[in-house]
Amino acid sequence: MVLQLENVTKRFGNFTAVRNLNLTIPEKEMFGFLGPNGAGKTTTFRMILGILQASEGRITWNGKKIDYALSPDIGYLPEERGLYPKLKVSEQIVYLARLRKMHPKDALKQLDDWLEKFKIPEYKNKKVEELSKGNQQKIQFIAAVIHKPKLLILDEPFSGLDPVNVEMLKQAVVDLKNEGTSIVFSSHRMEHVEELCEHLCILHKGAPVVQGSLKEIKRSFGKKNLVIHADFDLSFLSGEPGVTKSKLTPEGIELQIENEAVAERILHKIAERGFIRKFILDEPTLNDIFIEKVGESYE
Amino acid sequence: MNNFWVVFTHTFVTKIKSKQFLWVTAITVGITLLLVYLPSLIDKFNGDGEKKIALIDQTGQLEEAFKQSAANLDKNLKFTETAAEEQELKEKVLEGELDGYLLLSFDEAGLPRGVFKAETLTDQSLAGNLQMALQQVRSQRAAQLLNLNAEQLAMLNAPADFRQAAIGENAKTEEELNQARGLVYSMLIIIYFAVIMYASMIATEVATEKSSRVMEILISSVSPVTHMFAKIFAVASVGVVQMIIILAAGYGAVKRNMDTFTGEFFQFFGFGGFSLQTIIYGIVFFLLGFLLYATIAAFLGSLVSRIEDVNQMVSPLIFTVVIAFMLAMAGLSNPEAPFVTVTSYIPFFTPMLMFLRVGMLDVPLWETALSIGLLIGCIALFAYFGAKIYKGGVLFYGSAGLVKQIKRALQMTKENG
Repeated sequence: MVLQLENVTKRFGNFTAVRNLNLTIPEKEMFGFLGPNGAGKTTTFRMILGILQASEGRITWNGKKIDYALSPDIGYLPEERGLYPKLKVSEQIVYLARLRKMHPKDALKQLDDWLEKFKIPEYKNKKVEELSKGNQQKIQFIAAVIHKPKLLILDEPFSGLDPVNVEMLKQAVVDLKNEGTSIVFSSHRMEHVEELCEHLCILHKGAPVVQGSLKEIKRSFGKKNLVIHADFDLSFLSGEPGVTKSKLTPEGIELQIENEAVAERILHKIAERGFIRKFILDEPTLNDIFIEKVGESYE
Repeated sequence: MNNFWVVFTHTFVTKIKSKQFLWVTAITVGITLLLVYLPSLIDKFNGDGEKKIALIDQTGQLEEAFKQSAANLDKNLKFTETAAEEQELKEKVLEGELDGYLLLSFDEAGLPRGVFKAETLTDQSLAGNLQMALQQVRSQRAAQLLNLNAEQLAMLNAPADFRQAAIGENAKTEEELNQARGLVYSMLIIIYFAVIMYASMIATEVATEKSSRVMEILISSVSPVTHMFAKIFAVASVGVVQMIIILAAGYGAVKRNMDTFTGEFFQFFGFGGFSLQTIIYGIVFFLLGFLLYATIAAFLGSLVSRIEDVNQMVSPLIFTVVIAFMLAMAGLSNPEAPFVTVTSYIPFFTPMLMFLRVGMLDVPLWETALSIGLLIGCIALFAYFGAKIYKGGVLFYGSAGLVKQIKRALQMTKENG
């Protein structure tokens, strides 16, 4: 069950929304799409789902083109949340589940389990418009996963939720992955992707800037972050060879360095000068990588 | 189950269960029944209708004859003979004890004449009946004076024999025309309201799904074209169910009240020839008209992003229906007019105008078939383009003029292969 995107390009008139995207999304893993608004994440998802056709290139799942015959195996949570405001939660879910070829009885049973999991069983027979936004979002998440899809596509699943609900939903996503669902999700929050995904792709203006496994990306990036807090002036370090970036903070300095050897050298140098309160060598964050690759701040 | 049927049953059940459906059906059935029972209701409100009239026969000879002929005209007339003074009677009339009083006397020629006095002169039928009764008495009296026998008198009074007949082979008789008119008229009104109501319902339905953004989930599991047609057919079925309920109620009531449908109005707007053929044509034209307008409404609905814009978007469509209806109304009294014949072939007008013609006239089968063929062709054409527009329309949000939106939707569909 591999999702494969080969040379995928999507144009709307003169505007190219996605440019030459090549991706292999492994089975039973969580794959993260990162990128600012307008980067082409939703367009890519719509192409994967077959709602939009790629202008060029091929998208296959297990070597097959994705069409409506595969819809029972696919779950989708769109970025723009939407449900029928006037329908009851149960009617809503049963309808959407039936469209994915699920028997109404099974759907109702699954719904009970999910509502229990999200601690909102009392909303089963409430109209959607009576629910809070966060709870509507949970219902929509249930609608996307109720038929136990093999491939789950989540467009910004955590946006607009409070931290408690974000954790709840994250846990649900992790559980699904552990049960063998392949999950593709997008976020503009780097930390969510860092936390959940083995593989990722950062899109910028329709083109992939970074892609691959998280560990690999960080390792090949090479550069590391160094945080030093000390009682003496550290500003001279910004001119040190091997330091690519520096930022003074009230308690010390934050550096980006080329490799671990630079850190070692710096440690020896400042150890003679006085007491060091903090010396942390850290992996680069995705944000650092993004800024480095795109040349501008992301958030 | 096929997704077409999932969307179909879901839409159908939701609509049938909706409060809107229940209310519209109940109110329409109510109005239908009210109209049917109106004549008998009016009679009820008029009470037993007994009219008390004091009769002052100054001749002393006319009383019996007058009472008899008055009773033949209106059983509710009750006469009290009186020798009371006029002043006293006046008071009784003003108090409401009497409906009026009638003075009978002879004129110079020895013929009867009468003066009827009532509080107001609003009840023309009462005065009319009294006058007619007196007229008969006068004729008898005159015949006596002229020494005519009963036979001669009858000959004088007999009405002229006058009939009319159409000599065209297929023409309906005047009577048949009048009988058809009431049914055609009611069916036209039903078609008019149903098409407007259900077409708007479809457009609103599509726009709701789009604006509430359910659409994106829907079209990720069912193709937009399947979705569109399932919706159209579901709403059409809701319409047929509603029509059947209303027609059944109306038919039952009309059958039971047939005898109350008398008088001039019903001579013109008759229900007498309750033709099954007309009803079947009515349903066929309703369905075809609905399909045409609903297909257009569906893609128009797919072009708007907000519910508020739906009305603006479908207004050209509604205008067309209104024009068709007005043409049909104008054609009702003259179904053979050339403008009716011509417009009955224009698909947008066919559902009402061809129906008017087949209901009122004996239209050759090929003409009906031709117009239905054109209509079906037009529906297929709009369904084809509508599906293209719909496919693109449901995917983009934004607002622009109708033509620009259609262009954008078609572009979107084209790029989507």
